[in-house]
Amino acid sequence: MTEGTLLRISAPLDGKTVGSLRAGDRVLLDGTVYTARDAAHKRLVEAIEAGATLPIPLEGQVIYYVGPCPARPGAVIGPAGPTTSYRMDPYTPVLLERGLKGMIGKGKRGPEVIAAIRKHRAVYLGATGGAAALLARSITAQRIVAYGDLGPEALRELTVEAFPATVVVDASGRDLYSEGPQAYGR
Amino acid sequence: MRLLPAEVVGNTVAELVLEASVAVGADVRSALEGAVEREESPMGRGVLEDILANLDIAREDRVAVCQDCGTAVVFVELGQEVLLTGGSLEEAVDEGVRQAYRDGYLRKSIVADPLYDRVNTGDNTPAVVHLRSVPGERVRIAVAPKGMGSENMSALRMMKAADGEEGVLAFVTETVRTAGPNPCPPVVVGVGIGSDFEGVALLAKRALLRPLGSRNPDGRYADLEGKILERVNRLGIGPGGYGGRVTALGVQVEHAPTHIAGMPVAVNICCHADRKAERLI
Repeated sequence: MTEGTLLRISAPLDGKTVGSLRAGDRVLLDGTVYTARDAAHKRLVEAIEAGATLPIPLEGQVIYYVGPCPARPGAVIGPAGPTTSYRMDPYTPVLLERGLKGMIGKGKRGPEVIAAIRKHRAVYLGATGGAAALLARSITAQRIVAYGDLGPEALRELTVEAFPATVVVDASGRDLYSEGPQAYGR
Repeated sequence: MRLLPAEVVGNTVAELVLEASVAVGADVRSALEGAVEREESPMGRGVLEDILANLDIAREDRVAVCQDCGTAVVFVELGQEVLLTGGSLEEAVDEGVRQAYRDGYLRKSIVADPLYDRVNTGDNTPAVVHLRSVPGERVRIAVAPKGMGSENMSALRMMKAADGEEGVLAFVTETVRTAGPNPCPPVVVGVGIGSDFEGVALLAKRALLRPLGSRNPDGRYADLEGKILERVNRLGIGPGGYGGRVTALGVQVEHAPTHIAGMPVAVNICCHADRKAERLI
């Protein structure tokens, strides 16, 4: 793998931006993203199935798979690195169908998710796993939007500035997790 | 006989949890610095630089190195001449965990019921406690907060004697390959060989407690550690899983006697945040 381009992009994402991203590119993300982990995904998908109104918009939005630490007094948020994404796979195609354009996490996605990313022209971004204190510095505001009873798993709205991530699966379905190790394996 | 207030055990656990959560040891930092030197992939080097910068920020801000502050795994070697007063050992450990996760602004990640309602206990208790009775009147406490991202990628196989060294090498390598980017590579691989079903898992976890870079005192097993590390680093997974030379920072093997009819092998994967702290009281 050669090193990709560094791009400044903002969320919510438009189709043109998503289409310009290639697996291996590095991005700095500005704007608004929503946090959700396993339990929040389950509730979102149950709400969709029940025909209920969702607590967040999905069209063009980005979901960050994270359960942050509590904020120290005076801090915006505690350490907030990505959690492993495959646990959200069972719910992801439904959300992509409803307009979700981007996901930030770490770790492999299943074939159904990659197919849905390609079909709906979305993008999967990787943030450095375990770089939680570093990543928290790119989060400038947060508020709980729904599911507050879930504690660290509550659904939050985050404002991010120059949040660093890597394009792992692009809209054409190319997967850095498969191409990168192929280039270095021996 | 030495009387020891249970509260002392609790306070020690609290201090060790905080120490392990906001800073990794010099062993892990130096392994990461060595990895930056060795890594050939530019993306891999970028990930390692992020990880090192993260360690500095966590130390500076007194916050956790990772938002997954783990299951509180606590190893206690209790001298048999020690009498705990004013409470039980497990209550004392849980009180220490409760204090540390509250005062350190650490994330509480434990749910009371694993299958049905999955309600968060709110204080990261209960801890997972491994108790060993030893001679003497001292108490050694080691705390190793363990993130679930890497725990989820761990594996156990009941192998047979005929599988031999090659069988062990293949199983461990396959486990790391399957884990891929999920456990936050570069990883540390704890391997247990021998004992029985539950014993081998604990051996693998105890292997992770050793200082990173230490070798098994038995030369044959020390060689095996080197062979596994080489094979794992040929996988090309690399830092962050984006491709690269450094997939594992180290491989540590612990072994124990086993039954004539078997050879249990366990692989406990730990992320690069190889958190641990211990003290003798």
